[in-house]
Amino acid sequence: MAETNFKIWRGDADGGDFQEYSTEVTEGMVVLDAVHQIQAESANDLACRWNCKAGKCGSCSAEVNGVPKLMCMTRLNDLPLDQGVNIQPMKTFPVIKDLTCDVSWNYRVKKRIKPFKPRKPDNEDGTWNINQDDIDRVQEFRKCIECFLCQDVCHVLREHQLHEEFIGPRALVYTAALEMHPLDTEDRLEDLKKADGIGYCNITKCCTHVCPEEITITDNAIIPLKERVVDRFYDPLVRLFNKLFGS
Amino acid sequence: MAYEPLTISGSRIPNTIRRDAWWRTPVLVFIGFSTFIVYSTWAAFQGEHYTFGPYLSPFYSPELFGTSSHAWFGIRPGFWPDWFPYSPAFLILWAPAGFRLTCYYYRGAYYKAFWADPPACAVSEPRKNYRGENSFPLIIQNIHRYMLYVAMGFIVFLSWDAILGFNFDGKFGIGVGSLVLMINVVLLAGYTFGCHSLRHLVGGALDQISKSPTRQCAWKGVTCLNKKHQMWAWLSLFWVGFTDVYVRLCSMGIWTDFRIL
Ligand code: SF4
Ligand code: SF4
Ligand code: FES
Ligand code: FES
Repeated sequence: MAETNFKIWRGDADGGDFQEYSTEVTEGMVVLDAVHQIQAESANDLACRWNCKAGKCGSCSAEVNGVPKLMCMTRLNDLPLDQGVNIQPMKTFPVIKDLTCDVSWNYRVKKRIKPFKPRKPDNEDGTWNINQDDIDRVQEFRKCIECFLCQDVCHVLREHQLHEEFIGPRALVYTAALEMHPLDTEDRLEDLKKADGIGYCNITKCCTHVCPEEITITDNAIIPLKERVVDRFYDPLVRLFNKLFGS
Repeated sequence: MAYEPLTISGSRIPNTIRRDAWWRTPVLVFIGFSTFIVYSTWAAFQGEHYTFGPYLSPFYSPELFGTSSHAWFGIRPGFWPDWFPYSPAFLILWAPAGFRLTCYYYRGAYYKAFWADPPACAVSEPRKNYRGENSFPLIIQNIHRYMLYVAMGFIVFLSWDAILGFNFDGKFGIGVGSLVLMINVVLLAGYTFGCHSLRHLVGGALDQISKSPTRQCAWKGVTCLNKKHQMWAWLSLFWVGFTDVYVRLCSMGIWTDFRIL
């Protein structure tokens, strides 16, 4: 039980600053608990998003001591409380108020990705047969809770604001889930290279490090997609092979 | 819609409010790579002390042209200009260097450590412009799979060197150096066969991989190594450098190669 200092960013699209608050931290508390406590005690108008408090809805994304985190999954006893705790909204998206930001860009980007296009059903009753091994590979991508922490940390978006040129790791995970699906027949490689800007990713793995669902974003989604793009656009031998043997 | 970043912590460079030692990994990577690059360049220029008994330094293998008994074709290639110093390492070192330089793991690591692109996750960058691997020059990184083909050839040569490392004047023997060479090839193979491009080529490209059981098996094997690709990358880098040091110091008479058998 200790009185702890919190610096929380307060403001809106026109600007803002860190404000200091102090509240008592008790055993088992997470950052979101402290924010709620501060809301109740001294800042009734403090805006923050949350929903499940179980790391499953992806609403409470913010930056705790400069690191993108789910506030509900960040335990206070894992932080150096003697130095106080810094909480700010995600830097990559336009802020709405205090800790909330406008993440709608992510949904617009997702809509641009060509949807699932399954092959003709394998059976007369309109069903398919899928080998478990084949579906296991894309299962991991479906764990995504759309918290957008990976988008927030990705320097292509965060630092360079290339939102028009690069769709970001979350959207690449979504694309991988479709592109590598054993039933899917759609071709997204040209989009990946051009409109989605996969070449902007320089595989620095920050997205993988912050993902609360521990999706191996870079190694299992982005790099395999990059390799598919290489097959199509940069590797004359594979192109020749595919032409000759029609794969 | 324009996306203005939320600038919060003033104009400190690097701009971050991270409190952990975020600089530690990039600094270690910088030191590790720099040490290796300086040492391997120096060793390549020496052109001597690269063999000892049955051992051949991996920096000099395969020895296409050279003065030792390991040389394949002669002493010095005809096309080599007289005025330029010659070392057998010059003919081959481009291959492992190119393989590592274009490796997905190393790329991510040295973009951070050498280019500060970014310096670390959620830490601001010193430069405004960014083109990534989307255009020249870094688009060249896409040749990685071709470097892989060459690197796999090197595994064959280095395996042969490791086998020869047990041949002491026609008799089987084991020296500490034989084990050093053997460990070297095991670590390099662990690194090479865990390559992301290989993972794609052996089976990752297929959406219904279960229909090709052999490729599925290969994919699983590569995936297993690939999960620890970073570890293999560093262990093999360290050990390949150490192997050269070992052979060099034995050849110079500073270290003694103890015989186990
Ligand atoms: S690995 Fe690529 S997508 Fe992930 S954070 Fe780094 S640059 Fe962004
Ligand atoms: S991939 Fe991970 S970090 Fe990115 S949005 Fe999904 S759950 Fe969040
Ligand atoms: S409140 Fe749902 S993930 Fe944090
Ligand atoms: S990805 Fe590292 S060796 Fe190919």
